[in-house]
Amino acid sequence: MQVSMKLELRDSPGQLVAALMPISDMGGNIKTVIHEHEHASGQGDLSVEVVIEIPPELLDGLISRLRERGINVLKLGEERMSYSQSVILIGHLVHTDLGDTIDRIDQTGFAEVTYMSLAMPAINERTSAQFVIKSLTREHMQQALLILRQVARQKEFLLIEPLEF
Amino acid sequence: MVLRLALLGMGAVGRGIIQAALEKDLGLIITAVADSRSGCIDPNGLNLPELLDRKDKTGMCGDTGISAETIVKTAPYDILVEMTPTDARSGEPATSYIRDALQRGSHVVTSNKGPVALHYHELASLAKKNHLQFRFEATVAGAIPILQTLIHNLGGNEILSLYGVLNGTCNYILTRMAEEGLTYKQALDEARTLGYAEADPTYDVKGIDAAIKLVILANTVWKKNICLDDVDVTGIDLLTEEALRLAEQQDATIRLIGEIIPGDNIYRLCPRIIPKDHPLVVQGSLNAIIVRTDLAGDLLFVGKGAGSRETASAVIGDILSIRDIHAGGN
Ligand SMILES: NC(=O)c1ccc[n+]([C@@H]2O[C@H](COP(=O)([O-])OP(=O)(O)OC[C@H]3O[C@@H](n4cnc5c(N)ncnc54)[C@H](OP(=O)(O)O)[C@@H]3O)[C@@H](O)[C@H]2O)c1
Repeated sequence: MQVSMKLELRDSPGQLVAALMPISDMGGNIKTVIHEHEHASGQGDLSVEVVIEIPPELLDGLISRLRERGINVLKLGEERMSYSQSVILIGHLVHTDLGDTIDRIDQTGFAEVTYMSLAMPAINERTSAQFVIKSLTREHMQQALLILRQVARQKEFLLIEPLEF
Repeated sequence: MVLRLALLGMGAVGRGIIQAALEKDLGLIITAVADSRSGCIDPNGLNLPELLDRKDKTGMCGDTGISAETIVKTAPYDILVEMTPTDARSGEPATSYIRDALQRGSHVVTSNKGPVALHYHELASLAKKNHLQFRFEATVAGAIPILQTLIHNLGGNEILSLYGVLNGTCNYILTRMAEEGLTYKQALDEARTLGYAEADPTYDVKGIDAAIKLVILANTVWKKNICLDDVDVTGIDLLTEEALRLAEQQDATIRLIGEIIPGDNIYRLCPRIIPKDHPLVVQGSLNAIIVRTDLAGDLLFVGKGAGSRETASAVIGDILSIRDIHAGGN
């Protein structure tokens, strides 16, 4: 399963590695690490959000190991993608491996396609699809959209992005 | 003092100027006019009803022996008003006319996007060197006084971003697709029938026309030095009616939006999903622009982006402001 954890550690050299070590030791797969300096409590503490892939039965063990090392687990959750945007793709979506198109976003670990609605007028005509993409942060959404632009160029889709203003 | 104009081009915009000069007391006389095949000159001011009549009847405004070039170089005038067709790649022959007029010591007003998009910096510095005005308000968003507003009236501001609907033909097509469920082709045919789209609509629907306006904005408002190839352009010709339905399901629609974020060097023109109640969602062939500034906050401009009288309004505004600055002639 994929989980996100907010960790609070001392802001001193080696602390981040010390926090990440037990995760990989236990066979967890680290997907993203996000520093949040602005949220630090100011006392030389550092707050870090990590997204990991770990078998569910190992999660409790991991949390106690982190606590043993003086690392505070502030938040834990599966519903970690809080930023959402909707795009429309037009093109030969099905003939160009729709699964791959979605994977290119999902495999980033920081964004995923959570909803899709397809409109196919006829078998040889272009399909129009709405994708709802969720991401950890606004910056990750920008990155996901950049990836999608590359895919669109490669597969000759017209990508319609939302206007944010 | 009466201001003397030489007009190049007697199409929609040129006629708009002549009509306005006939209807209103603007303090202007027109001493020379050229079209693609002919020209006429009268140092005391041409008879405008006769001129319009001659053009209607013969398709020519004057004698075939008088060319635009002759007028630019020899006719008596204070301001050259250049309104010939846009050539986005070469900017000619308009750029040469403008250069010649500035070298000769005359102010220039143009509605032609080509010379401004391609040669703004050169022409502006030539004008400055000769203590002349070079104005081009009509080149972006027709009747909306966007350039003067951004360059002069918001002079103390940092303009952080600009978003705009800059092509009325595309906006008309997208409005009709959204409202009536028309296909792209049906909406385009309708726009053609109503005269909103040219016989060859490529320039509009592929986004080139709006992209050139972004180049003009970038180079004149932010003093950048970009060209058409620096703009990331996607037109509306590949849009489907299904895409508009999908947008509709989220209470949104699709509009062709130009975007400039000068700090990040972003120059983009592409269809965007936009909430239906967003101020840039204007109907039919209207244009709309939003700018975000540091002092003035957000500003919205909406109006007609084309049309004979509407475009003439912008050209006349430029002419009269030159008169105000120089209190008549050179
Ligand atoms: N129409 C609008 O709403 C609008 C809005 C903003 C900007 N503009 C720009 O303003 C300019 C004029 O637009 P328009 O709609 O009036 O165009 P138009 O109706 O096509 O008229 C163009 C005029 O220019 C003349 N012409 C062509 N080549 C010439 C040359 N080498 N020397 C002198 N005259 C020449 C044509 O002569 P003939 O009569 O002999 O063909 C015609 O009278 C264009 O650059 C356009 O992009 C137009």
